[in-house]
Amino acid sequence: MSDQYFYEGASGPWELVIGLEVHAQINSKSKLFSGAATAFGAEPNTQVSFMDAAMPGMLPVINSHCVEQAVKTGFGLNAEINLISSFDRKNYFYADLPSGYQITQFTRPIVGKGYLDVELEDGSSRRIGITRLHLEQDAGKSVHDQHPDKSYIDLNRAGVGLMEIVSEPDMRSAEEAAAYVKKLRAIVRCLGTCDGNMDQGSMRVDINVSVRKPGAPLGTRAEIKNVNSIKFLTQAVHYEVDRQVSLLEAGEEILQETRLFDAAQGITRSMRSKEHAHDYRYFPDPDLPPLVLEKAWVETLRTNLPELPDAKKDRLMEEYELPLYDAALLVTETEIASYYEETLQALEAVTPKGAKLVANWLLGEVFGALNRDGKTLEDCPITPGALAGLVMEIQKDVISGKIAKDVFSMMWETGKSAPALIAEHGLQQVSDDGAIIPIIDKVLADNPQMVEEYRQGKDKLFGFFVGQVMKIMAGKANPELVNKLLRERLGTA
Amino acid sequence: MSLDQTAVKRIATLARLKMTPEHITAMQQDLNRILSFIEQLGEVDTSEVEAMVGVELPAMPMREDSVDDGDDVKKILANAPSVASDMFVVPKVVE
Amino acid sequence: MPNKNSLIHLSLAQAREGLDKKDFSALELTEAYLKEMEAQRDLNAYILELPEHALEAARESDKRLAKKEGGLLEGMPLAIKDLFCTEGIQTTSASHILEGFKPPYESTVTQNLKKAGAVFLGKANMDQFAMGSTTTTSYYGNTLNPWQRADGKALTPGGSSGGSSAAVAAGIAIAATGSDTGGSIRQPAAFTGTVGLKPTYGRCSRWGMIAFACSLDQAGPITRNVRDAALMLQVMAGHDPKDSTSSTRELPLFEAALGKGVKGLKVGIPKEYYVDGLDPTITQLWERGAQWLREAGAEIVEINLPHTKYSLPTYYVVAPAEASSTLARYDGVRYGLRVKGDSLDEMYENTRSEGFGAEVQRRILIGTYVLSAGYYDAYYLKAQKVRALIARDFHQAFQKVDVILAPTTPSAAFAIDEKPTDPVVMYLNDALTVPASLAGLPCLSVPAGLSAEGLPLGLQLIGPAFDEEVILRVGQVLEDAAAFKPFLER
Repeated sequence: MSDQYFYEGASGPWELVIGLEVHAQINSKSKLFSGAATAFGAEPNTQVSFMDAAMPGMLPVINSHCVEQAVKTGFGLNAEINLISSFDRKNYFYADLPSGYQITQFTRPIVGKGYLDVELEDGSSRRIGITRLHLEQDAGKSVHDQHPDKSYIDLNRAGVGLMEIVSEPDMRSAEEAAAYVKKLRAIVRCLGTCDGNMDQGSMRVDINVSVRKPGAPLGTRAEIKNVNSIKFLTQAVHYEVDRQVSLLEAGEEILQETRLFDAAQGITRSMRSKEHAHDYRYFPDPDLPPLVLEKAWVETLRTNLPELPDAKKDRLMEEYELPLYDAALLVTETEIASYYEETLQALEAVTPKGAKLVANWLLGEVFGALNRDGKTLEDCPITPGALAGLVMEIQKDVISGKIAKDVFSMMWETGKSAPALIAEHGLQQVSDDGAIIPIIDKVLADNPQMVEEYRQGKDKLFGFFVGQVMKIMAGKANPELVNKLLRERLGTA
Repeated sequence: MSLDQTAVKRIATLARLKMTPEHITAMQQDLNRILSFIEQLGEVDTSEVEAMVGVELPAMPMREDSVDDGDDVKKILANAPSVASDMFVVPKVVE
Repeated sequence: MPNKNSLIHLSLAQAREGLDKKDFSALELTEAYLKEMEAQRDLNAYILELPEHALEAARESDKRLAKKEGGLLEGMPLAIKDLFCTEGIQTTSASHILEGFKPPYESTVTQNLKKAGAVFLGKANMDQFAMGSTTTTSYYGNTLNPWQRADGKALTPGGSSGGSSAAVAAGIAIAATGSDTGGSIRQPAAFTGTVGLKPTYGRCSRWGMIAFACSLDQAGPITRNVRDAALMLQVMAGHDPKDSTSSTRELPLFEAALGKGVKGLKVGIPKEYYVDGLDPTITQLWERGAQWLREAGAEIVEINLPHTKYSLPTYYVVAPAEASSTLARYDGVRYGLRVKGDSLDEMYENTRSEGFGAEVQRRILIGTYVLSAGYYDAYYLKAQKVRALIARDFHQAFQKVDVILAPTTPSAAFAIDEKPTDPVVMYLNDALTVPASLAGLPCLSVPAGLSAEGLPLGLQLIGPAFDEEVILRVGQVLEDAAAFKPFLER
């Protein structure tokens, strides 16, 4: 996939360098430093404590659950957990930042270096370095569309706990960046530390993009803020690379700046509000002593972790000999993997062939139908047991794969089981020589001209004969058997 | 280290304090006196010392994850100079 | 039965006894103070008087006393420094920017006092955001010291808790709350002939106390005598889960530490506290104080606190740095003053430059500068390292001695018009109080004598962390030996 890694400019190839900062909202009932609720979509300013509104004399007290979620996520990122971390203040004035500073972890984050392996469509995988994960407060929300020359401030989100996960600049294409975010989302969902809902803003991505000539030192980067879907992430990277390469090839310079992705136009633009050079004046927050974790407590969290997507993926590959790409897709959501494994358990016996068959059906037909109907796996009309029932009918040659698709549609509509539908509609596959041979003979007898041409070497006509037989037998003949018998009758077996 | 007027202006902007030119001149003088006083610290050898963040205290206490605060929009807005639709109102913010 | 006018002469301990014996009611006690408050309004000790609130609280106290349900401070009329948030009652930290701000919550310290039955007479004046040592940076005017010099010039009551110290000295509050960041309880106590106690950092909750410098601020009492300081501390202090820096140590019974004498105690005299400009009368008083303690059976030991000299420059980096950040919340959006502007930044700038006084602006600017890119290491980080050395000095000293004795201030109260215009000269006033603040240690200022001009002078006791008992115990011995006559008895 070399074309993914290099962008072909007028002056030759350019290499993309991407690093991501993902803000993941921690799954918690209350905020990072206050007892106000975190629920999405509440009425304005109804989830705001005096602390969140930075009233005079208010003080932060950390939420233990948020600390736990950060440590668990750290384990999910194969990262070091820092038993001593601390909080700093990042100072800047902004309408949605009530105290004039954000409490964050600048010098000593709770989680240090780690990595994530991402799988790409071509079956390869790449390791992306994680620089750190730290805890910090979210800001409030500015509402701009209520008044022509005023902004309105809602502080419901102010103080909600975030995990900022910073990657190394290890990604070289939009596809890798997208795969990284998907993988991260799979991990936090599996751990239950963040719901990963990008459309509700629970996961937001800041993209650092630069370009360089292959082998050259890193170029100047632009930071694109608050991208809230994987589709936008891809668009933003593509737009930004075009922009940067055009500028450089026109002999201009890239400005190190913050840009905003405009989803409506699919472009990035400079953020006017961030024009002032920032000087965040970080310093240790004197309201908070260092955060000290007990080693035993951290170990308990580690031993009680659920099976993580990568471990699950490796296990699926090893136990069922699944290809990497299938396994990677199956572990993107805990629900998918559970559905898959429940289906396998309902089979009479699990063979690699059967496991692959189930994976094909789940990732193909089931997801196709779910997408078509706008459903999720939770409200799927076909249970894992029912899907196993269908697959077993195929494995036992009761029906062909083709008929199985019709059975699947009926199961989807009626909720009935595969054996019941096969019996009801008489779809059982005919695997009896005695029933098939007369039909073959009839087809050959009706088409002497073609038989002649076939025998003279027009091999393509074999398919025509199969088609005729199947048509007469309403698709129910065992296709393998038809092939075998037809070859015998034509004398080419 | 001595501050010139541009530096005073820059710091004032960072701190969101508006300053008249006279104000800046007066402040520049005061700040430079204070800074030269502070510069004595340079005499102290601190090469072997860890910075003290605050008074030594036990590790950070933690609270349980429960919702026990924040559901009182009236109190939150009670002292606000300008409110509409239960939100604080500020001059338009351009992003 | 004491004369109604003499009610304002009572200490906390005496007034409690009077209430118990039904010599007078809580209402009568409060009324006596309210009357005095009116008579001495020219001192400008209060930003806000709360007569009706106080009378109502006193009536409630009488009801509880009648049912024998009185708390430790039942019916005691107090002045509350205007940086303690009081629910529904204007709290400004003496600033314009918080004019009209009525907190929807009660600070932990004032809540503790209320629970113990205290009556709040009003919100005491102070230096704006506790930045100052003269109570002349208040938006609400200067507070005057009740003490006078022969030249009759208006004297400062010290600061920042100058409203509190003036009120207690003048008999318009039986005791008061103060807060101390670099000396703001001890110095005004010394200037007014009252007792000022700064507890160990972490002893009193900072929740609901408007912050100046979060790593240094500590609430404490200003009282008529040492016993009263122990009583007030007993109520004000205690663990608060809402303050992450609040100590979980159990509170001792502070009053029980009194009366134990000083026999066998080692008292340290830090020679570095003989600072330039130390008034010779103060040097003599300090030596006399040491003599009193020696006579009472203590051993006097000379000690070294080698980094003392660097305390002030350290303080004037750390405190403004923290303040520059903590005061960023005053932006005209959610409470307090707003001065219009066309853009958000203009509104911020207009509000903050009009809402903050000159000293506050000066400290915000210094604090912003020492934290800014390129200067952080040279100033802020350096100061925090020197701070560690200062704390280490004390730690080593307390290996050798039980308590440290020093003067509280380099001079007696000065006239308001003598206040130095150079901020650095002004800051030198805090030279003897700041070091222990940086180390978070408990300190007590006890009035111990008079200057040549007849003004009160204080001696300061510094104890090891969380040993308020030793400074109270030694403080009472000093108090007894000095037999200081307070303003009210002159």
